[in-house]
Amino acid sequence: MKALVVERNVPRFAAARLASVLGSGRGAGIGPLQLLDADAPDRPGDDWFPLRPLLSGICGSDLATLDGRTSRYFEDMVSFPFVPGHEVVGVLDDGGTDHAGRALVPGTRAVIEPVLGCAPRHILPVCEQCGSGHTGLCGNLASGRLAAGLQTGFCTDTGGGWSTAPLMAHASQLHAVPDELSDQDAVLIEPTACAVHAALSAHVADGDLVAVVGAGTLGLTTVAALDGMVRPRTPCTIVVGAKHANQRALATSLGADQVVPPDQLARAVRRASGSLVLGGRLTEGADVVFDCVGSAASITESLSLVRARGRVVLVGMPGKVTVDLAPLWHRELTLVGAYAYGSEATPDPGTPDRRSFELAIDLVGTKGLGRLVSALYPLERYEEALAHAGAAGRRGAVKVAFDLRNPKGRTR
Amino acid sequence: MSPRPGFVLDVDSSTPPTLFWHGERFSLEKLPEGSRVIYAPEPMEPLSDPQAAIRHALTHPEGDQEPLPALLFTGMRLTIAFDDISLPLPPMERPDIRQLVIEQVLDMAADAGVDDVELIVALALHRRMTESELRHAVGDRIYDAFAPNGLLTQHDAEDPDNLIHLGKTDHDEDVEINKRAAESDLLVYVNINLVAMDGGHKSVATGLASYKSLRHHHNPATMRKSKSFMDQHKSELHTANWRMGRLIRDAGVKVFQIETTLNTDTFPDAFKFLQKREWEWKAKDRIAFLGASKALDRVPARYARQIFHSVKAPHRMTSVQAGEVEAVHAITTANVWEQQGVVVEGQTDILTMGLPYISPYNVNSILNPILVACLGLGYFFNLYRGKPLVREGGVLIMTHPTRWEFNPVHHPSYIDFFEQVLSETTDANVMSEQYEHGFATDPWYIHLYRTGHAYHGVHPFYMWYWCAHALEHLGAVIIVGGDAKAVHRLGFRAASTMADALEMARDVVGPSPTLTHLHSPPILMADVQ
Repeated sequence: MKALVVERNVPRFAAARLASVLGSGRGAGIGPLQLLDADAPDRPGDDWFPLRPLLSGICGSDLATLDGRTSRYFEDMVSFPFVPGHEVVGVLDDGGTDHAGRALVPGTRAVIEPVLGCAPRHILPVCEQCGSGHTGLCGNLASGRLAAGLQTGFCTDTGGGWSTAPLMAHASQLHAVPDELSDQDAVLIEPTACAVHAALSAHVADGDLVAVVGAGTLGLTTVAALDGMVRPRTPCTIVVGAKHANQRALATSLGADQVVPPDQLARAVRRASGSLVLGGRLTEGADVVFDCVGSAASITESLSLVRARGRVVLVGMPGKVTVDLAPLWHRELTLVGAYAYGSEATPDPGTPDRRSFELAIDLVGTKGLGRLVSALYPLERYEEALAHAGAAGRRGAVKVAFDLRNPKGRTR
Repeated sequence: MSPRPGFVLDVDSSTPPTLFWHGERFSLEKLPEGSRVIYAPEPMEPLSDPQAAIRHALTHPEGDQEPLPALLFTGMRLTIAFDDISLPLPPMERPDIRQLVIEQVLDMAADAGVDDVELIVALALHRRMTESELRHAVGDRIYDAFAPNGLLTQHDAEDPDNLIHLGKTDHDEDVEINKRAAESDLLVYVNINLVAMDGGHKSVATGLASYKSLRHHHNPATMRKSKSFMDQHKSELHTANWRMGRLIRDAGVKVFQIETTLNTDTFPDAFKFLQKREWEWKAKDRIAFLGASKALDRVPARYARQIFHSVKAPHRMTSVQAGEVEAVHAITTANVWEQQGVVVEGQTDILTMGLPYISPYNVNSILNPILVACLGLGYFFNLYRGKPLVREGGVLIMTHPTRWEFNPVHHPSYIDFFEQVLSETTDANVMSEQYEHGFATDPWYIHLYRTGHAYHGVHPFYMWYWCAHALEHLGAVIIVGGDAKAVHRLGFRAASTMADALEMARDVVGPSPTLTHLHSPPILMADVQ
């Protein structure tokens, strides 16, 4: 069995960072990633189950890690060597137990909720955040029974999705995949859960104008979540800035009311909000802006698009950026992060909260999000895969993933 | 020697290539044998003493109207409204006709002891003129006497404090116009009638109106029923304006209409070859053409644009008439047709035209793609009386670079219209129903219209509506040498050469089409028999 492994190798990280100047993912061949023979990691406990990956997506955070561009903030939340891949659909060859304690028979397809909080680490009592279901906010990311690692795919003890060998999944992480979902649908559940969490925690109100900056996987799944999860109860208008033609078509089909090229987004928001313009900024603007890019430019743009006392939600992973925060101060804006997933409150009193992942499983099915998977690569062609993922939009793609299935057993 | 009338040339093997405008440049195209080229009449002799002609017109009015001096009295409120930057094209050499006429009106007012005089630019929903443009139109003396005191203003169709609703026509059309003009004891309107469409009741009913009033006739249904704008009696646009004008009159607004016509001496000596018939070009014309073409080809488009917008036309006045609106306008229209009319036998399968750098809405600005469409389909296509030059289902071929380029100061709503509305629909009805109100009431566009130099937010819609009759009539529209992306956004076809365009046109109209070229400049109007 093979796995792509990231070693702690400073010269290789430096080389990858240099190569990434040519484009994200371009340094795969000289960076810290290597294709090695691998076995499944040891089971950390009885409540851990081997999950043999079928498909595993390439996320922007994976590319940032491999490009050496990740914020140093995460340095202590990673343990080396690790196998990347946290967007995973796999099969439980030996069966297992899911997050709710339900038995899963051998052969069950499952996805993992990759955050490694208190429960996988066997920390008792669990922290307040985990206790309230907000596992993404757990601070215990380097203690307990596992080595440091904020998620599966960044922890040396669990393995990761970019492997033909099984990774280890804790019961609390496992969600069975309904039969009606394809593998492609299932591999989109993790990023969709991020989008669901962002959309549901953004306090969108009736009649709001919502702008989405960026239309990669996160931008598109955010549009799907807004349309599918928010809008049925809270009517709002969704305007999207999308760079590439295929992204514009997808954003429209997923429910956006208006999709424009990025350089037209400010004008579209101005028109939709009936705003004036003052010094290049809108006097009104969108009620909520989702920044699904996470760059200095996108954060600056988001701050310029939002109305006074409006909310900017950072969905894309930012790093160390330089941003003029004068408008945030002057217009009393709220700049808030939306990381990963957790428990989402339901609007009906008495109805229990649901995991972001459960909602994402529903949404992926209703919206047919498997169509966002544009290309599948075998592990051996990882350099091509990463280069493709790094230039996904420009090359007409959205999600690029590794196909880890036996070639004979591949189905859509 | 009297000027020669218009002429329709049958192209044969000896016919030299025909000149086409291509925005800020020109091209020479060899048209297929058997094609026709329509040439305008030569410029008429101008009035030998324009000042005397103006004085005569003011003192010998047409129709049921007293001479101007008899209408002026001490203590009265006098308002003089005049056409804006959209007329004439290109702007004329100094002194502008407006200056000549207004000076005489003011002299008569002074003689009568009239103190309360205001001048208003009748710009409807057009952009406000700059100081230099105003100085050019009315002259420094008038500008300095009136503008610093706030007595030379520009009509503001969004100023609720200076609009008055005069009532509704029997077609339920709101008539709302400039309050100062309506409440004056006399409203003198000074026109420059470049084409037959200009003037008449349209001067006040459109030039001094609000959006609430204009929307009744600037809409797809009215535009489709205007066949053509140059033929008042077959133009629903004019019929609506006439209804409104009569209501304005019946509401007690006393209008003294002054209309002027120009000859078609459009370009100064350096560009005289433009308005000559190609087979009559002399060595001097060929040298001028080659020199201008080479020079323009070498400079970036924005510099070529600046060069052309600095050109002032040597137009000269051929007539001036004053008095009652309808009586005056009947004479004016006849004079315009005398200068510009050409009898053309029968329609054509393919109509070609070269589009210049200028239209009424981009003086000192950019002819953006929407204005390209309007110039070709709204204006040039409608330069007919009787029947369109091109048959129903025929093809219109225009030459123009049609760059994806806008002036953000003058045309801010055009940018959004092009990006957001035309990307969704080219159907005038759909855009009217779904988008017009939002653009018309957008506070940012209103702010820019009122305080800057921007066309009103609804204006790009009107430009598209101007095209409605042509779009309904034509089988295809092809732009030669245009930015393909911009051309496609307009819903038209893009061709890189005239030969390609003709091939494409044959797919629509058949393998052996007839072809007619509308030669310009100067402007002409086809009387299609």
